[in-house]
Amino acid sequence: MTESSQALPRKDDSLLVTEAKAGNYAAFEELVNRYEKKIYRLGLNLTGNPEDAEDVLQEAFLKAFEHLPEFREDARFYTWLVRIAINEGLMKLRKRRSDKSVPIEDAVSEEGEIIPREFTDWKPNPEQLYAQGEIETILQNAAQSLPPGFRTVFLLRDVEGLSTEETAQLLNLTEGAVKARLFRARLQLREELSKVFKRG
Amino acid sequence: MKLLNCEDCLKEISSYLDGELDPDLKRHLEEHLSFCRHCQVVFDSTRKTIELYCDGRLFPLPLEVRDRLHRALRRRWEEKAR
Repeated sequence: MTESSQALPRKDDSLLVTEAKAGNYAAFEELVNRYEKKIYRLGLNLTGNPEDAEDVLQEAFLKAFEHLPEFREDARFYTWLVRIAINEGLMKLRKRRSDKSVPIEDAVSEEGEIIPREFTDWKPNPEQLYAQGEIETILQNAAQSLPPGFRTVFLLRDVEGLSTEETAQLLNLTEGAVKARLFRARLQLREELSKVFKRG
Repeated sequence: MKLLNCEDCLKEISSYLDGELDPDLKRHLEEHLSFCRHCQVVFDSTRKTIELYCDGRLFPLPLEVRDRLHRALRRRWEEKAR
């Protein structure tokens, strides 16, 4: 590799945030480039709808841009951005509900047993057996079968990689509730996907 | 500690995936998984479920959506700069 073709060292998010706060648009754009795909995927899995996912994406970055001067950096930039995106996504879901007076969180219970019913091995590499669009639809349908309160925890913990503590703070839940919801979400999703991916 | 049954195993599968079990419980759970086909299937397919949702090749950002986002941000930036 020649010296000129070597990649420049990747700047930390915190450095980009500092530069963006000082008025450097290229620094903010670099943050957008870093996280736009993840925020779109989060919006899609949360709302199950490409139009809503685009709204979540736009609103999250526009709000991040507007409120950047107030971002105190006591959390990672990405965690802060995810918080904004989740709030936008949940607002979309609330708007869809006919009874808007019931908060989404009230519809969730961590109690009750989860009894697996599907015990058949999955086909090897199921993602390779379907066209990309098909597998995405299967995953989205399974995610939409979860109550939003479980879906959100699953997406934050398992897909976005937030810690239990970060997820609890972001959703205003106890860490125990996050763990209970994650457990139920994982098993319920597994059950849904097993119906499609089982051998036989 | 007594041997785990399937119900005990199932309750701990999520914590096991997160590497949060104490060594003793972890050993018992792994022992149970080594001979219980049903729990093994539940464990493997739960792990695979998470892997599928994390697959970065899925749910790509459409180019036109990305363009609209960058145009909207650029517009906001310019408005603010005026």
